[in-house]
Amino acid sequence: MTTTEPRIIPMGVALNEAMDIAMGLDEKVFLLGEDIAEPSGGVYKITKGLSTKYGTHRVRKTPISEAAIIGAAVGAAIAGYKPVAEIMIMDFIAVCLDQITNHAAKIRYMSGGQTTVPMVIRTSAGAGRQFGAQHSEMLEAWAVHTPGLKVVVPSNPADAKGLLISSIFDPDPVLFVEPMLMYWDPQYACDVPVGDNRIPLGKANIVREGKDVTVISYGKQVHDAVKAADILAAEGVSVEVIDLRTLVPLDEATVLASVSKTKRAVVVHEAVTRCGFGAELSSRIHEELFGTLAAPVARVGGQNTPVPYAKNLETAFVPQVADIVAAIKSLNK
Amino acid sequence: MATTNRPDSPDRETLVQMYEIQNKIKTTDERFRSMLTSGQIQLIYYSPRGQECISAGYAVHLRPDDYVVTIYRGLHDHLAKGVPMRELWAEFLGRSTGTCKGKGGPMHITHPESGLVVTTGIVGSGIPIANGFGLASQLAGTDQVTVVNFGDGASNIGAFHEGMNMAAVWKLPVIFVCQNNLYGEHTPMSMSTGVEYISERAAAYGMPGVTVNGNDPVAMWHAAGEAIARARAGEGPTLIEARTYRFYGHLMGDAMEYMPKEERKAAMAADPVPAFRAWLLENGHATEAQLAEIEDKIVAMVDDAVEFAMNSPEPSLDELYTDVYEEITK
Repeated sequence: MTTTEPRIIPMGVALNEAMDIAMGLDEKVFLLGEDIAEPSGGVYKITKGLSTKYGTHRVRKTPISEAAIIGAAVGAAIAGYKPVAEIMIMDFIAVCLDQITNHAAKIRYMSGGQTTVPMVIRTSAGAGRQFGAQHSEMLEAWAVHTPGLKVVVPSNPADAKGLLISSIFDPDPVLFVEPMLMYWDPQYACDVPVGDNRIPLGKANIVREGKDVTVISYGKQVHDAVKAADILAAEGVSVEVIDLRTLVPLDEATVLASVSKTKRAVVVHEAVTRCGFGAELSSRIHEELFGTLAAPVARVGGQNTPVPYAKNLETAFVPQVADIVAAIKSLNK
Repeated sequence: MATTNRPDSPDRETLVQMYEIQNKIKTTDERFRSMLTSGQIQLIYYSPRGQECISAGYAVHLRPDDYVVTIYRGLHDHLAKGVPMRELWAEFLGRSTGTCKGKGGPMHITHPESGLVVTTGIVGSGIPIANGFGLASQLAGTDQVTVVNFGDGASNIGAFHEGMNMAAVWKLPVIFVCQNNLYGEHTPMSMSTGVEYISERAAAYGMPGVTVNGNDPVAMWHAAGEAIARARAGEGPTLIEARTYRFYGHLMGDAMEYMPKEERKAAMAADPVPAFRAWLLENGHATEAQLAEIEDKIVAMVDDAVEFAMNSPEPSLDELYTDVYEEITK
């Protein structure tokens, strides 16, 4: 048996590898988005080198025209291609929402299954870099509320790679939300397997086992949930942490099995709390497990405000490890 | 007489084919309206009556593997591209035998076998999607073209601007057919649009733009033929503004108070379908017996489709949950 050295790479490299692998496997895969070709390789460098390797016909730099980008992806997908469209920042989804919700999401249904839209919309999201209210939001709940779309939010480089390859070859449109702060920060780098290691959509990951309370999260907040679990472990509280990985399809079975065991649950995400994904998940847990819960499900999310600019306000907007710790403790009162 | 006499007119067979398409649209529309008026059927209906010559004029240039994208007022485009009459009627009536199993309805007719790939109910939205079909043909290296239809109102929405620009920058094989019926919903073009001719806007994107009398089948045939040939040759997109008139307002039941009575009366008196029929006969391109035979055949086809659709079952309730994703979910 040979052991291989761990290959610690950041999410930015892992995502690039996923697209490289998918393009190498299937000529129908192509990329389009603003600035994604060389020399820039995308404003976050996620597509670095790919236009040199595959040509600018398959790695297409577009005008700043989000509706035209998504529309072109929708049409090409119906015609048999597998487009991967990049929307630079998630807030910009607002200017192409018609193409996403009225077309990408509904065309399979409206056509009675005759036409399908196998495409991926990659977008970066999240607060923490003082980009202000229009470049920082997590808007995944909009997409979850739209039947026909799948929604993926990876929490680490290995998942990002495995989930992105699966998304590209998925038969349905996928909104792939990349937590911006994790792209190049070495603290989030991890061991990423070489090659085509797909992770199926709809399979949550139990990041840490525990018996007293279940914390359910996704994206960057998974790391905060683990930190909260570490803090509470020292106080004798055993916390189970679930990384959902994908919101649609949702691995409800894993969540419900865990909460059946712990009888307490906290849902954590960065998005605005009001009508956030946590509201839906909390509701589902109550509907299924109400009589067995030791406490109501708690939610930890962003404040019900736009994302502010000033560093102290931005930090106050984003849920912190201390907020998760406090929410877990509140369940034991 | 609306039809142009030109030495380079299409051949007799093509002329008759165009009339057949126009008549099919007119006859189908008349049946829908009479059945709606008499209460035999109920649906939201956007009559294409008056705009028949535009669809017929481009459709005779297309192959089955060319793509057409259209909008909620799309019955004329559906029929011109060859969507089968029975499945079309069944879909309008929400039956399981419809093109989309009754799940799309008139605003979302889809029939990929005929190349009718998208019908959208959102003004202007078909334009960026048509680019995607054009891009697919370009990437695959085929000479397929995509015709995308929209109204004058759509030329004022953002998707038009983004889509036209991208098509020009990437030299996509897309023909933008603006069916200018002079009204966007209840508002005349003069109150919504800052240019006299929508084709002028093409210059802003660096693509050819032409205004044509959409009620003149021969003029429309020429304009469409030139644009389609250019697209097939890899020379990029064209904007065709085809001027026409909507006989029955925005949707069935519209009181049409915003349309001057005299204007509408004059447009209907110049009905392009009977006018073309008369022109065909006057110029010896067809005989009365030949056209009457075509018309009878179409009436029989519509009779058959109506019977088929009326006798078809509604979709089963299980269909509510299918086709949301590839895998069935609840």
